[in-house]
Amino acid sequence: MFNTLSDRLTSTFKNLRGKGRLSESDINATIRDIRLALIDADVATPVVREFTGRVRERALGAEVSGALNPAQQVVKIVNEELIAILGGQTRNLQLAKSGPTVIMLAGLQGSGKTTFAGKLARFLRDQGHFPVLVAADLQRPNAVTQLEVVGDRAGVPVFAPERGNIGGHDVVADDVEGTRSYGDPVWVAQAGVAQAKVRQYDVVIVDTAGRLAVDENLMQQARDIRDAIQPDEVLFVIDAMIGQAAIETALAFSEGVDFTGVVLSKLDGDARGGAALSVASVTGRPIMFSSTGEQVKDIEVFHPDRMASRILDMGDVLTLIEQA
Amino acid sequence: ARSNSAIGKALLGLLAKGELSDADWEEVEDVLLGADLGASATTELVDRLRARVAVEGTPTAEQLHDWLHAELLTLVDPSMDRRIAATRVGDRPAVLMVVGVNGTGKTTTVGKLARVLVAQDKKPVLGAADTFRAAAADQLQTWGARVGVPTVRSDKEGADPAAVAFDAVKAGSDQHADVVLIDTAGRLHNKVGLMDELRKVKRVVEKQSPIDECLLVLDATTGQNGMQQARIFSEAVEVTGVVLTKLDGTAKGGIVVLVQRELGVPVKLVGLGEGPDDLAPFDPSAFVDAVLN
Ligand SMILES: Nc1nc2c(ncn2[C@@H]2O[C@H](COP(=O)(O)OP(=O)(O)OP(=O)(O)O)[C@@H](O)[C@H]2O)c(=O)[nH]1
Ligand SMILES: Nc1nc2c(ncn2[C@@H]2O[C@H](COP(=O)(O)OP(=O)(O)OP(=O)(O)O)[C@@H](O)[C@H]2O)c(=O)[nH]1
Ligand SMILES: [Mg+2]
Ligand SMILES: [Mg+2]
Repeated sequence: MFNTLSDRLTSTFKNLRGKGRLSESDINATIRDIRLALIDADVATPVVREFTGRVRERALGAEVSGALNPAQQVVKIVNEELIAILGGQTRNLQLAKSGPTVIMLAGLQGSGKTTFAGKLARFLRDQGHFPVLVAADLQRPNAVTQLEVVGDRAGVPVFAPERGNIGGHDVVADDVEGTRSYGDPVWVAQAGVAQAKVRQYDVVIVDTAGRLAVDENLMQQARDIRDAIQPDEVLFVIDAMIGQAAIETALAFSEGVDFTGVVLSKLDGDARGGAALSVASVTGRPIMFSSTGEQVKDIEVFHPDRMASRILDMGDVLTLIEQA
Repeated sequence: ARSNSAIGKALLGLLAKGELSDADWEEVEDVLLGADLGASATTELVDRLRARVAVEGTPTAEQLHDWLHAELLTLVDPSMDRRIAATRVGDRPAVLMVVGVNGTGKTTTVGKLARVLVAQDKKPVLGAADTFRAAAADQLQTWGARVGVPTVRSDKEGADPAAVAFDAVKAGSDQHADVVLIDTAGRLHNKVGLMDELRKVKRVVEKQSPIDECLLVLDATTGQNGMQQARIFSEAVEVTGVVLTKLDGTAKGGIVVLVQRELGVPVKLVGLGEGPDDLAPFDPSAFVDAVLN
């Protein structure tokens, strides 16, 4: 068994060495390897299918290159296509022309929103901005306290007029619904923006509660927050470890809050992060930041090329091709 | 209904042709892959089915669904012992610890589990051995208060998690608790220092009491990386069971099939929401149904 695409392709290369032109069956063999590699990297199956279809088409029409053998040529095409989908060049945050820039965060439970809120605030502060964090997750136990600690670590003020879910509200109630807010997150978000105007903060980062793609009530709440504060950016924070659920999740948030950019979190792990491809390809939204740790400084501007070689797990093969 | 299952849909009409093409089989594969079952297990399952079709002839969509259901159920192995060690062992409380990567639902699971135990008239004590993440102890304590259970914690941020775990077990013992539930910080399995810290928590607790249950909390949305998580956490702290959380979303959690198969560690509980009552025993047949539907 081959563990990585590099291993598999290296063996495919051996069989193909010395052939001058890409035959259909050569391409099919290589593409089958790539399909498996993408699936192992957690790229969603419909995306894999569409992607390999496009690669096959391009490979069939490809010019023969003197320097590359046929399989290498396919890999080169794959890499180029990956980078194109992941967002050819990085896009910067869109800043408001007047008044504070409003940035809203949204995503599944535990994806890394609150932690990222602190990182982004610090990132912008270091660039000379005056950001404020707004605690609009009133649902998850002690989310507000968490954001306050995060803000403290980032050296950025936190607007938190509501305490949210603290202190065992429902010890006695039998009919408690799991997902409910202890206060009005729409109002908090709105008040946060208003406060920023008064206090002259130039960036407002609104942390929201985690919510499931299928939870219509909570998705509506997120949309209400969005409508109320008219953010310049809505960033969808997604865990790099997510598997096939990436598509449905991305589509639901795209429909729900019409996010403008993506943050890929927990990239300090060893997951290959195929979700990046799934999300970018079904929503067309750019991935803007990588979140790479639990500390406030662990934030990077997203690099499509690095991500492409991570998904393919074949940095060495790509290096070979680049040198050719 | 069966004919509405994903497999059923994938094969509807195709079977009329009398035999299944490679493309048809790819659709069957996609259903399994789409549940995060992974390439190797999927290929293996589909190969077995293809062999069966070769012998028994082309099945109806319903038959194929049943065959697949049976194969998957064998993999999930309904005969495994999925009970949770949460009752006193001799004259000491049971000790249960939850571990896993960041944000999977460990703290929430401890809270829900405490609620279940309280409902069974047991007396749990919670230990907040996540001293790292912002407001983690507050979060656990809120859960404790919510279900009416004491929480042992340190007031100092960044305190030694092993010391807090030790204190919790001691308190549980002094208070004649039935079980001590220890929450630990989320950590990525590829971080050597953090995994060492977890080993130390276990070691220090074991100076006082054996650990009866170590639950790995896996997020159902996790893709193939879940296998790596399970492998490394198992090596570090002897995982005795898996909790599959966030099954109330769209994810099927197929990765646990691989985890069970490769590590022999049973899935014991599933998380079905953020509320105190959203925890249930793992039901193999219902799980397989969900994968195929
Ligand atoms: N290793 C690592 N951990 C991260 C990263 N981002 C967040 N985390 C951790 O993941 C866990 C969840 O992060 P949060 O920021 O609380 O996630 P959230 O999306 O706000 O969660 P909810 O509000 O509950 O939906 C915490 O343990 C964080 O420390 C990252 O980039 N790398
Ligand atoms: N929908 C749903 N949400 C869940 C479930 N279990 C936990 N959550 C949510 O997931 C988020 C993370 O849960 P936590 O319990 O804080 O996760 P954790 O593993 O303790 O996180 P860290 O300690 O930061 O590693 C919270 O918003 C929870 O409310 C579940 O079964 N379903
Ligand atoms: Mg949060
Ligand atoms: Mg926790």
